[in-house]
Amino acid sequence: MGTHAPADVLEAPTPTTLDDGHARRDLLRLATAGSVDDGKSTLIGRLLYDTKSVLADQLSAVERATAARGGDGGAVDLALLTDGLRAEREQGITIDVAYRYFSTARRAFVLADTPGHVQYTRNMVTGASTAELAIVLVDARKGVLEQTRRHAALTALLGVPHVVLAVNKMDLVGFDAATFGAIAREFADHARVLGLPEVHAVPLSALEGDNVVERSGRTPWYDGPTLLELLEAVPVARDASTEPLRLPVQYVIRPRTAEHPDYRGYAGKVASGVVRVGDAVRVLPSGRTSRVVGIDTFDGPLAAADAPRSVTVRLADDVDVARGDVLVPADEPVPTGQDLVGTVCWLTERRSVPGARVLVRIGTRTVRGLLREVDARLDVDTLTVEQWDPVDTVRTIDATDTSTEAAPRSLGLNAIGRVRLRLAEPVVLDDYATHRRTGGFLVVDPTDGSTLAAGMVGPTLLDRLVPVRADERDDDWLAGAGI
Amino acid sequence: MRVAHMTTSTTTLARSDDAAATPRAPASPATSTQLDALESEGVHVMREVAGEFERPVLLFSGGKDSIVMLHLARKAFWPAPVPFPVMHVDTGHNFPEVIAYRDRTVAELGLRLVVASVQDAIDDGRVVERPGGSRNPLQTVPLLDAITAHRFDAVFGGGRRDEEKARAKERMFSLRDEFGQWDPRRQRPELWDLYNGRHRPGEHVRVFPLSNWTELDVWRYVERERIDLPSIYYTHERDVFARDGMWLTAGDWGGPRPDEPVERRRVRYRTVGDMSCTGAVDSTAASVADVIAEVAASRLTERGATRADDRASEAAMEDRKREGYF
Repeated sequence: MGTHAPADVLEAPTPTTLDDGHARRDLLRLATAGSVDDGKSTLIGRLLYDTKSVLADQLSAVERATAARGGDGGAVDLALLTDGLRAEREQGITIDVAYRYFSTARRAFVLADTPGHVQYTRNMVTGASTAELAIVLVDARKGVLEQTRRHAALTALLGVPHVVLAVNKMDLVGFDAATFGAIAREFADHARVLGLPEVHAVPLSALEGDNVVERSGRTPWYDGPTLLELLEAVPVARDASTEPLRLPVQYVIRPRTAEHPDYRGYAGKVASGVVRVGDAVRVLPSGRTSRVVGIDTFDGPLAAADAPRSVTVRLADDVDVARGDVLVPADEPVPTGQDLVGTVCWLTERRSVPGARVLVRIGTRTVRGLLREVDARLDVDTLTVEQWDPVDTVRTIDATDTSTEAAPRSLGLNAIGRVRLRLAEPVVLDDYATHRRTGGFLVVDPTDGSTLAAGMVGPTLLDRLVPVRADERDDDWLAGAGI
Repeated sequence: MRVAHMTTSTTTLARSDDAAATPRAPASPATSTQLDALESEGVHVMREVAGEFERPVLLFSGGKDSIVMLHLARKAFWPAPVPFPVMHVDTGHNFPEVIAYRDRTVAELGLRLVVASVQDAIDDGRVVERPGGSRNPLQTVPLLDAITAHRFDAVFGGGRRDEEKARAKERMFSLRDEFGQWDPRRQRPELWDLYNGRHRPGEHVRVFPLSNWTELDVWRYVERERIDLPSIYYTHERDVFARDGMWLTAGDWGGPRPDEPVERRRVRYRTVGDMSCTGAVDSTAASVADVIAEVAASRLTERGATRADDRASEAAMEDRKREGYF
């Protein structure tokens, strides 16, 4: 999550769309935040189109659709490239995140396209969870809006390392430098409040292609990179040697074949750091220690493997290791415990119920848990935190009653709050803020298996903001929190 | 027409390295490429399924995507054998080269093969043959029947999100109800790499380890890993006739009609499916490198170029998917 001076970005070479350097090409996962009104679909369509990721049959389908909607017969409506499913149109629902793919010679991109309005928080949290970069889109005529602040807040909450502010529709403000500058400054101030590490602002017109892929001749006052140049230049390779090792065990490999009668290997993806042959490791939560004697892959043994490689590790001792365990450095004091405090985003229409029995999925481990309470709630629109005193008694709330009066201390769809969970067994409790690959968890309904909430262990944006006591407020925060 | 790649099959399938061989130098972050990231993600997903489900199965058609999936499965569990069977949904209109490939692969890897037969389903009246002879849409019933009969709870499919817009919103873990149906409202958000595969009895989960791959990624991976593919993916001469703007193979399945003249052309296949609706493309690409150059320069998506069934309507794939198709 290193920060990078903008100067490095400015020196990025002009992107090419010729597919030549693929053997060294890396992968950037990114998310877009913005509504259809901001021109998000057009922007994504423009990225796909200008990187030649749209093929003739897709384009002719869009041309037909443009004509069917009474298009002007000239320019195709690029927004239709990312049109939704018929089920969504018919049912008026939004099926959270759509994934788009495009690439240049330098980099391949997986873009999580999160829809704008309904269920916004849930969708954006999902898309941002794996993103290394978020594009926050604003309309140059409207500037920084409440929803812009919300997008930025969710980006900060999920710990996305890089943020690009795309100031779109510059053609509608006459490519005015002052307008762009004012929006960029206002957003930068907001980003500082949120603790966002790095923001780049780009003036562009997705509709006309200015500064998306091709540099615009109409922004002579802007000497920064185009959007695609930025996407190609942000660093994705983390220096794994500076991170502590986390290797969650997924599966125990025991061939019991004639060739490998006694082989016992622990298969998993290195979540962070580096595992090396000879390393002393501790198996959590049991706490037993051993030494790595082999790192095996189908392609041959390795002396070391760094994140995010999938490997199989053999240990010197016949310690008891199973799915759900985590290998960590033997000399690092890694927190484990049964009391989990973290921030969750509630993902379903059924409200949270204090005292509910749930399953908690963290790393590769699933444990039973008790949702003891929600003791604070974050309103991402106003960036206010409402906090309550701990409760002594478990309240009974009807989960089917979705009225706000019914459940003052529970979370509804899209709400963000701090929860206290008691777990049936100890787990590794890495703070999400410093361990993005291992500090996330899911809250799962044990009866039907649905995912109720996604959470982040330890202090987050919610804890960074100054809380307001519940009895000191009289405004209608519930509406803003998406409840 | 056999291609050079056939000769590599023994070297890629047989592994003699033992764990005590000299370790290689550690990989630096700079060498972690896109294909490395996609491979690691696919292996991770396969291990999650093996760790969480009772009875997984891998759909294996002999097409390139399912072949790459099987390759990932071998990597995921090595040095143990692949810990689940493979299933072929057999339309009865198969390319002989593909069936030969399937049987050879199953034998070499010691896999258990389950065949779900469309012909059997027609014979006992579970499905009815359609005019025109396309059996692609008929695969759903035998597929679901086999899943029920074998009590499979996780079904690996080679679907990719770049293929079609109904698939762009598909999850890695896609929950299906007891009728195999995909309900958009019940799909779960997928955050980080925490996949929730919990399901009720009778339900199953379709799992797509290649979700984030594109057609070009698959070919580059085939090249990098020297994966053997059925010969029809490379140029060969074939008796074909034109229908719906595609070259279809003359054969027992019913084509051509008297008004469809047959000609001999140099072609290859971009996808492998039912003979009645999978079209060949004019091509002289004889090697993986030739194919990559051709795909990179192509102006049509692979489904647009070669699948009659997807041309039916803009929402054709979405409709079939809801019914339980792959």
